[in-house]
Amino acid sequence: MASQPGAKPEQKPRAEVEAAEIEAVEGPAERTTMSGHPIERLYGPETAPADPDATIGRPGEFPFTRGPYESMHRGRLWTMRQFAGFGTVEETNERFHYLLDHGQTGLSTAFDMPTLMGYDSDHVRSLGEVGREGVAVDSLDDMEDLFEGIPLAGVTTSMTINAPAAILLAFYVLVGEKQGVPPTQLGGTIQTDILKEYIAQKEWCFPVEPAMRLVTDMIEWCTENMPRWHPISISGYHIREAGSTAQQELAFTLKDGFTYVERALERGLDVDDFAPRLSFFFNAHIDFFEEIAKYRAARRIWAREMRDTYGAKREESMRLRFHAQTAGVSLTAQQPLNNVVRTSLEALAAVLGGTQSLHTNSFDEALALPTEEAVRVALRTQQIIAFESGAPNTPDPLGGSWFVEKLTDEMEAAAYDYFARIDELGGMVEAIRRNFPQREIADAAFRYQREVDERKRIVVGVNDFAAEDEVPTPILRIDPALERKQTDRLAATRGRRDAAAVETTLGELKRAASGDANLMPPILEAARARATEGEMVAALQEVFGTYTESPVF
Amino acid sequence: MEAATARKIRVVVAKPGLDGHDRGAKIIARALRDAGMEVIYTGLHQTPEQIAETVIQEDADAVGLSILSGAHMTLVPKVVELLRAQGVEDVLVTVGGTIPAEDIPELKELGVAAVFTPGAPTDEIVDFIREGAAERHAQGA
Repeated sequence: MASQPGAKPEQKPRAEVEAAEIEAVEGPAERTTMSGHPIERLYGPETAPADPDATIGRPGEFPFTRGPYESMHRGRLWTMRQFAGFGTVEETNERFHYLLDHGQTGLSTAFDMPTLMGYDSDHVRSLGEVGREGVAVDSLDDMEDLFEGIPLAGVTTSMTINAPAAILLAFYVLVGEKQGVPPTQLGGTIQTDILKEYIAQKEWCFPVEPAMRLVTDMIEWCTENMPRWHPISISGYHIREAGSTAQQELAFTLKDGFTYVERALERGLDVDDFAPRLSFFFNAHIDFFEEIAKYRAARRIWAREMRDTYGAKREESMRLRFHAQTAGVSLTAQQPLNNVVRTSLEALAAVLGGTQSLHTNSFDEALALPTEEAVRVALRTQQIIAFESGAPNTPDPLGGSWFVEKLTDEMEAAAYDYFARIDELGGMVEAIRRNFPQREIADAAFRYQREVDERKRIVVGVNDFAAEDEVPTPILRIDPALERKQTDRLAATRGRRDAAAVETTLGELKRAASGDANLMPPILEAARARATEGEMVAALQEVFGTYTESPVF
Repeated sequence: MEAATARKIRVVVAKPGLDGHDRGAKIIARALRDAGMEVIYTGLHQTPEQIAETVIQEDADAVGLSILSGAHMTLVPKVVELLRAQGVEDVLVTVGGTIPAEDIPELKELGVAAVFTPGAPTDEIVDFIREGAAERHAQGA
């Protein structure tokens, strides 16, 4: 009905008036997480889970929503594990000793790009990249020097390497052997998660199928020989850094995990023999509650699927344990000290979400590799959370919050939606081949960037609150001479080894790759003969071929 | 020739070296495409030779090199040299990524038109390339 001039305007429904009034006071009614997930104005008992005993439970009990262990950080703090690596093994060895001397409790190795891609330091493709983003490791000689003076029986080591993981693990096992520590006593994690390489991190050596075989070989070999070792760290970190939402990170990571489980079962392994050694690696991003919900949902989904779909009987097989790293992409090059605050919030989310291990980024990492001072502040951030904040005093302190429980449920539902879409495509390997996760991530990254560009999302110091005059931050420079130093080291190794033994063991490796024997034993033998990483990868590529992506944007 | 001004701007977005961080490259590629440009994204792990060849073959107006590995002082000069060696002088070369401020003057001296570091608004990059390419078109390239 059209209103007449001068007539009393038709009254709006009361709810609409209220909404308008609220909006006038509060600003936009529609709020979302950084992932675009809608947030209600208020959460209350009406959204509480219908059956909290079944879906939330108690810490240390199925479905582990509240944490994998009963006492959580009361009983044992998370491992403070700062990722380090740059230059040659000597520089990194020094940084390892520095971190251990400052109270770090586990080691974590970053390798340079050529090492991650399976190229030796003297390869033409390695030019300018040696020791830049991590430490260069070409052969067992390098690995021995990397861990010089560090008794492997007394530390746990994490190694971030994927496509050539089996080769680096072989080097590590042989360093242990030299120190008199058998593989059964070595503790640590190697990333090995090749699926997320094709999805997000993009460091590969072989096509997907032979790469999956190599992963499964490693899981099998570690199950038999390295009971304290985690042969794979199923990683959402890089998926998130590539621009995914929290929901995509959760869904793609868990789906990758299920895919490895399926491969190991096809190999004839018993789920309860290997599943307890699977571990996870998640991002700790800046949207505080969404992150906490993500970790809680991850534990619940993994527990349920391991028990109900994959037939796990042991609770250890259902318990999802994870490492977290604060979000590199959340750091800004502008006003870099603000990054200390961002990292603190992200680290606190990981702790409240029940992490088992944590890396906090250094405030200067949007500029370059971190300086020693920045690394110390990052480690101190964890120590302040651990020893000053009181956060570790009770497990899952946010459990039972109407908001957090609802977000956890919604996170879980979003993951199952993605599982269904991936299954429709024929599983994760096929979905990757069709660029499905890659496209979803690119879309999410683009949407987020638009929101920042349009100032719908504020990034302090970047699109608001900018500083007039930025004070230059001292950064770590990698001496270009290091590349030469490393290629000299490599030449020395090639010069003093038994060339015939190298040739024989590489021949054996190729023969094994053509058949279906487990590849770990021939890799160990080639490593012992001081064959280089690049030589072993090249030998395997002769049999397996290489991989080229057809990118989507 | 009049058609030159109507020609779509052609941009090669390239990832030199071994680093797999392609988030920024893909966002820029898409923003340029949305702005009406013809975008050729090389994909990852390209050698400087491959990139120079793509730029020449595609008759690109501009090339954006995305590098987050710290290898920019090795890779960027190579691409620029290779283009020069082939007689390509007028292609707008831009660099994006984690480039320390101290390195920017040296890159510019080499002939890099602009360096975009983390936090650079997408529109600023799009506008810069549009203006640079328009100049090239105006000169009859």
